[in-house]
Amino acid sequence: MKTRTSLLAVALLATTAAGASAETLRWARAGDSLTLDPHAQNEGPTHTLAHQIYEPLIIRDMSGQFQAALATDWAPSPDDPNVWVFNLRQGVKYHDGADFTAEDVVFSINRAKSENSDMKELLTSIVEVRAAGDHTVEIVTDGPNPILSSNLTNLFMMDSGWAEANGAVDVQDIEGGETTFASTNTNGTGPYKLVSREPDVRTVLTQNENYWGAGQFPLAVTEIIYTPIQNAATRVAALLSGEVDFIQDVPVQDLERVASTDGLVVKTAPQNRVIFFGMNQGADDLVNDDVEGANPLADVRVRRAINMAINRDAIKQVVMRGQSQPAGMIAPPFVNGWTAEMDASSMTDVEAAQALMAEAGYEDGFSIQLDCPNDRYINDEAICQATVGMLAQIGITVNLDAKPKAQHFPLITNDQTDFYMLGWGVPTYDSEYIFNFLVHTRGSERGSWNGTGYSNADVDAMIQSLASETDLEARNATIQAIWDHVQDDQLYIPIHHQVLNWGMSDAVGIEVSPEDDPKMKFFTMN
Amino acid sequence: MLAYVIRRVFQSAIVLLIVGLVAFAMFRFVGDPVDNMLGQERTQADIERLRDRLGLDLPFPVQYWRFLQEAAQGNFGLSYRQGRPVSDILIERAPATLELAAVSGVLALFVGIGLGVFTAIRRRGTAANLIMTVSLIGVSLPTFLIGILLIYLFSVELGWLPSFGRGEVVDLGGWTTGFLTISGLKALILPSITLGLYQMTLIMRLVRTEMLEVLRQDYIRFARARGLRERSVNFRHALKNTLVPVITITGLQLGSIIAFAIITETVFQWPGVGLLFINAIQFVDIPVMAAYLMLISVMFVGINLIVDLLYFAIDPRLRVDRTGGGGK
Repeated sequence: MKTRTSLLAVALLATTAAGASAETLRWARAGDSLTLDPHAQNEGPTHTLAHQIYEPLIIRDMSGQFQAALATDWAPSPDDPNVWVFNLRQGVKYHDGADFTAEDVVFSINRAKSENSDMKELLTSIVEVRAAGDHTVEIVTDGPNPILSSNLTNLFMMDSGWAEANGAVDVQDIEGGETTFASTNTNGTGPYKLVSREPDVRTVLTQNENYWGAGQFPLAVTEIIYTPIQNAATRVAALLSGEVDFIQDVPVQDLERVASTDGLVVKTAPQNRVIFFGMNQGADDLVNDDVEGANPLADVRVRRAINMAINRDAIKQVVMRGQSQPAGMIAPPFVNGWTAEMDASSMTDVEAAQALMAEAGYEDGFSIQLDCPNDRYINDEAICQATVGMLAQIGITVNLDAKPKAQHFPLITNDQTDFYMLGWGVPTYDSEYIFNFLVHTRGSERGSWNGTGYSNADVDAMIQSLASETDLEARNATIQAIWDHVQDDQLYIPIHHQVLNWGMSDAVGIEVSPEDDPKMKFFTMN
Repeated sequence: MLAYVIRRVFQSAIVLLIVGLVAFAMFRFVGDPVDNMLGQERTQADIERLRDRLGLDLPFPVQYWRFLQEAAQGNFGLSYRQGRPVSDILIERAPATLELAAVSGVLALFVGIGLGVFTAIRRRGTAANLIMTVSLIGVSLPTFLIGILLIYLFSVELGWLPSFGRGEVVDLGGWTTGFLTISGLKALILPSITLGLYQMTLIMRLVRTEMLEVLRQDYIRFARARGLRERSVNFRHALKNTLVPVITITGLQLGSIIAFAIITETVFQWPGVGLLFINAIQFVDIPVMAAYLMLISVMFVGINLIVDLLYFAIDPRLRVDRTGGGGK
């Protein structure tokens, strides 16, 4: 009998929840957060969910600009160029009522720097974090670090007392077979509190009524129901049928359908992600080509010819249905170091490309394998297919090998590909991030995603100097000089900047953020 | 009989071990889990440390042996993707798949038998011919397309049924069920039709053929000649004699309904083990893939074993033959 009463209660609750006011935001996207532990995964959907619950010292608002969150202001110390001073917001409380203090910042940054943390690579320049009073923190770096703040925008603050009480001091060690409290429970300072969560099924959040930002942000959404829906057609159907109010990742072929439905809108903005091809120019001979004893891609004329042969406007119109922004450099437009001149995509000129090929001694062309992911970027495989046809015009026979991302990316990091597609986002909004991973000679510290074999000692020296150059003008000049090398050497073949599409009910008011990370406190609801 | 059972159980165990070995040999072709587990900022040193700790560089028979040792103690490890014990995740996800499979199976059985009988009795009627034609479409359309079509018709255009998920579920001490809420029941309709459609048409065609066969038999003619009512002849005498092969097929198909729920679960975002497996493949979540494949093979081997034993135990003709009794 007792069971029956509780069942009835559950059923009643379910009915009332279904009939709740319009302030509930039902949100769907393709992937789910991987863990609730804010330092265990450095990954888009995981950070996006964490941003509703936890907060960093500094966030990026929906247009990508810095905004004070748990820190009210921050500046390099006047006494020591190696120290940044952060003044913390006062009167902030965690969801369990504990006060947010400098001690928590020290704890959280050290936790994020620990061995099992996925965030530690962003914090390598930090030597020490110390509290200078209850609401002041000093971060000591191994040299002046002018862009430290860019590395802190996804670095969430946990309560040290809560972590100690619940055995969540350490980041989860999956390979050691451990589970941790923090990967399934939360205690943040953020605008929303966790109500329930079933991984890959449904996560419910409710507004934190004690949020410090009440009155400063719209906070129109009082309850969030987040459901991952992997299948694109089902995700769109759920929006069309009114079962969800807001979806990310609208497939390009369905944009028209969503936009033309009454009560729904699609919003679009360039994403912080550029798509390009890399070429193995360092090897003496390529594995998957038909040129013996030489590497055609080592010749800059061949690389330029490939660049000229690709018709980016055709890819935009035919493959992407207008949803891309042709690129001339591998930096998204928000990034420090980006210029309109460099990003102006080169004109397609097949004849000039053929002439370059002939000059390089390949008038009869050659054949090569192109490795491409088929489940990572928007229409990735179709872009590669279009490229196959375009390169055939200059005599290059391309064998396309498209694979799931889990098989594609190891090819790049293990030097097993001659010609590959890659996409890159720049979370720090600074060119140094691109150079460190994609341009610097591959080594233990830098160049982990540079699959081109490119190695230029001068460029490497310039890249290393960026980390500690405090004079921003001199630093920007160095960035420009590095870009000149990258462009002149035709290190990569840029294709386009991806465009993000969010579909939503017209009651929802929000603009697309370049990071694809909706922060619900900025949402308005009509 | 006992010797037969022991021999069959032994054979089943060998099959399981071989399935596991093949699975472990395949995992290296699925991709590298380390790439998904570490963010894009990871260094070469991180990669090597993780590969080493996970034992990914070991030869696959060694990895398999390690898995078997742990599995024998009931430990399937932690999911690389979710960081939770695989056994917990499987137990949490199983009710969704089992309920979906049960509803699809029941639907396929009843509708399939009903339509089979109908099309056999009225085999020259327009309705029966129409059903036969439509059933051909049902067999030849791929599952995901049927699912998407149903979603567009019943969720988007008509707005009657949900397009994804299980609706509200009630937790009965670890078993979540969608049978007790309206939204849970509504959520079951489209996925179970999608999943059961193939089996439904299969059973329908099987029943129809068997019925046509039986209806030609002498005892049916005699029953008719005796003036028994048509309904009694069709259902009490004819149908009963067609059911033995139908039940055998249904039993075997139940295994495939559970195993092939993967596609239906992906289309409807149904939170069962099939969706879990798809996610595991994309993420190269080896512990989950290994446990799932072992579970499915245990299930198939188990069903086959039971069917074999049942066949041996209950098929009356076998017993009749052995005692050398008179035939027809």
